[in-house]
Amino acid sequence: MRTLNQKSIISVIVIAAIFAVAPFGLPRFYVYLIALIVTTGLLSTSLNFVLGFGGIYQFHHAVFYGAGAYAAAVMIMKLEYNPWIAFVVGPLVAAFLSLIIGLICIRLSKLYFGMLQISLGSLVWVIVYRWYSFTGGDDGIHGISVPAILESPNAAYYFTLIVAALSLFIMYRILNAPFGSILQGIRDNVVRSQAVGVNVRRHQLIAIVIAGFFAGIAGVLFVVVDNSVFPDMMFWTLSLEITIMALLGGWYTFLGPMLGAAIIVLLRTFVSTVTDYWALVLGIVLVFVILFLPEGVLGKVFEIWHERRVGKTGEVERAREANYA
Amino acid sequence: MLEVRNVSKSFGGFRAVDRVNLDVKKGEVVAVIGPNGAGKTTLFNMITGVLKPNEGQVTFKGEDITGLPSHKMCKKGIARSFQIVNIFPRLTVFENVQIAVFVEQGRDLTFFSPSRKLAVDNTYAILDSVGLTEKAKSVCGSLSHGDRKVLEIAIVLGGRPELLILDEPTAGMSPEETGRCISLIQRLSTERGLTILFCEHDMELVFAIAQRIMVMVQGSTIIQSDCATVRCNKKVQDAYLGED
Repeated sequence: MRTLNQKSIISVIVIAAIFAVAPFGLPRFYVYLIALIVTTGLLSTSLNFVLGFGGIYQFHHAVFYGAGAYAAAVMIMKLEYNPWIAFVVGPLVAAFLSLIIGLICIRLSKLYFGMLQISLGSLVWVIVYRWYSFTGGDDGIHGISVPAILESPNAAYYFTLIVAALSLFIMYRILNAPFGSILQGIRDNVVRSQAVGVNVRRHQLIAIVIAGFFAGIAGVLFVVVDNSVFPDMMFWTLSLEITIMALLGGWYTFLGPMLGAAIIVLLRTFVSTVTDYWALVLGIVLVFVILFLPEGVLGKVFEIWHERRVGKTGEVERAREANYA
Repeated sequence: MLEVRNVSKSFGGFRAVDRVNLDVKKGEVVAVIGPNGAGKTTLFNMITGVLKPNEGQVTFKGEDITGLPSHKMCKKGIARSFQIVNIFPRLTVFENVQIAVFVEQGRDLTFFSPSRKLAVDNTYAILDSVGLTEKAKSVCGSLSHGDRKVLEIAIVLGGRPELLILDEPTAGMSPEETGRCISLIQRLSTERGLTILFCEHDMELVFAIAQRIMVMVQGSTIIQSDCATVRCNKKVQDAYLGED
């Protein structure tokens, strides 16, 4: 994590200012679109917390997004709780679910972890999909009543922006604290981590729960923005999409997934108006990333920037080779 | 300090280590030697908790530690380097060592204090003592092989071990790097009073720094004694050193 310094902090502030004034100049649809990008970006960042920084193959991360959203929606619409309480409980439910699934999967490593997680996540999806009376089944739940103060699109937009920024900040702090350093150590070398005395499974499990919690927050934000939930929110294709976002943006960078989310959501929105073959375009993007940008867009930008500054192309290349060896 | 009693390990039908005994006293430098496949690394893996022995007992400072997982072994004060370099390739040299210091300080679960402000002095002290301070900021995937091996020793020191286990510390090093590594190991023993157990193929190195030597052949201990006795032992000469 040597990627954020003063320069990038300034650019973050500039971007934040642009986001803040956006509703005054843009049509309503675009405000909604930005809120959707931020929500999806937060989800992808929470995935990358364990994927890019933890080396944990969390292949079905969207389940926790759906769990947070559904928990809030069901509490508001079926159990008639105060929406604010539901907004707090949603992420906690997501964190609890990720603890349960994590406990089962953590015994396996790498791909096997991911495969088992996909099956357990799909199980959760089936329950939501079939339990018509409680979750609305295929239809989902619509017209979810949010607190009066969040009813206008602009209010929902600002709420989403602030909560997402806060969540990003907390995740960033955690990744730059000793917990995050050790997490990145585990990603780089499990055996070495154990040999210096890290309880690897415990550490990974805590990271998974944190990631699940923030995915749940993203889910709640979706409820605020869209006032609805539906089973596709926890279908495996969404997990795949947010994984592609993280890879495309740069999975060793903190803001990469956010950038990836912006690219993919914009592409999907505009390509879908032209052609029905959106998935084909996504596939081509993925091939392009794998072949030309193994470190993602932001990873590439940082690499070029680093080379210019240090002027040691060889060193970066060799460092990269060592990683893939 | 470390006592290994009748420890065995089989992989399928192959008995890699067969009732081995080993004693290491506090402050000693002990070498384990033996031809390829003698079971040296397997023995080290059992001492450090990577593998569980099928039978036998390992005690450290009078405490039975047989079969503990490796992260607990480390907390007890046993730390090791590996035969094949084992570092954190995407992190800088500084961060590599810092992680070990964090764990030693019990900061595994520090969530909000920034890493770059913590354990800085301790980390630099270790980098100084192994001579890697200048490279502190480099991503360690870019280091030379010799530097990586030294870095691994630095990581191991971050855990403030009492017993240091080095699996072929100079394997693959150039003669110059080997010289540096030998003097480093000697300094760790004399200055820090560390107990060191290592295995090595380079006989020059073994006789230069070991106080006692244990010879393993085909999974069994042949002899454990001081250098002179080992050098003169007939069985050792036949099995390993050749007849000259």
